[in-house]
Amino acid sequence: MIRIIDVRKSFGPKKVLNGVNLEIRTGETMVIIGQSGSGKSVLLKLLIGIMKPDRGEINVDGMNITALRGDELLRATRRFGMLFQAAALFDSMTVAQNVAFGLERYTDLGPDGIRTRVADCLAKVGLSGIEGLMPYELSGGMKKRVGLARAIAYRPEIILYDEPSTGIDPIRADAINELIILLKKEMTVTSVVITHDMVSSYKVADRIALLYEGRIVEIGTPEAIKNSANAVVQQFIHGRAQGPITNW
Amino acid sequence: MGRDQRISLLAEFFRQLGEVAFLSSKTFRNLFKRPWEKKIFLQQLEEIGVRTLPVISLTAAFGGLVFALQTYLGFHRYIGPGSEAYGGPIISLGLTKELIPILVGLMAAGRVGSSMAAEIGTMKITEQVDALFTLGADPNRYLVVPRTVAAFLMLPCLTIFGDIIGIICGLIYNVVIMGVNGTVYLRNTLLYLELWDVLTGVLKAGVFGVIIAVIGCWQGLKAEGGAEGVGRATTRTVVIASISILISNFFLSKFLPGNLSL
Repeated sequence: MIRIIDVRKSFGPKKVLNGVNLEIRTGETMVIIGQSGSGKSVLLKLLIGIMKPDRGEINVDGMNITALRGDELLRATRRFGMLFQAAALFDSMTVAQNVAFGLERYTDLGPDGIRTRVADCLAKVGLSGIEGLMPYELSGGMKKRVGLARAIAYRPEIILYDEPSTGIDPIRADAINELIILLKKEMTVTSVVITHDMVSSYKVADRIALLYEGRIVEIGTPEAIKNSANAVVQQFIHGRAQGPITNW
Repeated sequence: MGRDQRISLLAEFFRQLGEVAFLSSKTFRNLFKRPWEKKIFLQQLEEIGVRTLPVISLTAAFGGLVFALQTYLGFHRYIGPGSEAYGGPIISLGLTKELIPILVGLMAAGRVGSSMAAEIGTMKITEQVDALFTLGADPNRYLVVPRTVAAFLMLPCLTIFGDIIGIICGLIYNVVIMGVNGTVYLRNTLLYLELWDVLTGVLKAGVFGVIIAVIGCWQGLKAEGGAEGVGRATTRTVVIASISILISNFFLSKFLPGNLSL
């Protein structure tokens, strides 16, 4: 269980998160939706400890992530895997070296074990046989899938997805959605997905939370979100230019 | 400039100084922690040492030549013909204690420091630095420590190499081109040049190496705003590192003892 309790984060005078409270159950896929710049990615970075909140607490199975420092925090990140918005592959390394990076640090696997695991993970994301390619030789969709292979290689318990369908065509985006569902089934992981793509949200989510003005203003199953009476939710999920979000 | 502006500039200066001090102390503490990033360290030894060698050779050669040219002129004009052979120790002393370490430092700031800032800056804006963290690698231990140690070790090596090239080029100019007595020139050089003179320059180069690496990594790690931000980080690295080298060189020259017996 992940508990986000009254988390606040500002950058200079700008309050990005202004008291976020959220519980993510073990094994569920929680999709956090919100406008661009609403602080979704910041929330994800706070979850994994890349950033520290100004106030508040993030608890993962009773462990307060926000209180951890240095090597303790690094050890705690072992439980997380993260798919970055633009994949964030190390551009000086091959695909195989990218996927093996976490394995070398987080596991005791030898070179053969690592090679086998890398091949397995690439096969899982439908990219067998590209171990020797460099990131610049891959398309946007392939990069995301390699990023996903890298995130799942050391079998984390929680996977964080930052805009998994952004910047790729709808067919590739759907393939990524299928992968998120498949990984949840096969690896029984807790997933946190940040997106503003409602098609993806409805497809992968067990529950959806809307982040608006630095707070979670609505949370529920995809059906409950579709039928919400909250005008902010309705404007966002239908992508209307006019409504309370834009004050038109 | 108003009083408020002056105060805010001063505050900004101390804030940035604090950032560098924090990064330096973290890097120093991480030196003693495992795991050691051996692969990155070896890559950096090659990048800083082997790949900077051609530009250092050229700089040291022409530095030596021009220093020899002016020393020859000085002796010839103010002391008289025949006295040029006494320029050997002066050329060697100037090269090993000051000119070569400074030239190596400035050239490395341009070549190595800027490349560190550009590489780490690109990693920062493409979230590769964050990715390192999520995959269990402390960015400071992975990026900053190997670069700082490699620069600390390689700049002295480059300086020794530059010293040799510079002294040989000074000798070639005086003896081969200007016809100075080679035996007297060499004897004077070997007689008056002390090991400590060479070591002073080598020690300075080690300090310059740390300055270049820390500033390059610091600027890279705080880069933001896309390609423009990386460009700014690169330019700042060269400017800040060059100025820091020149300033620290004065203080090192002032406070390092002139010879070991002092």
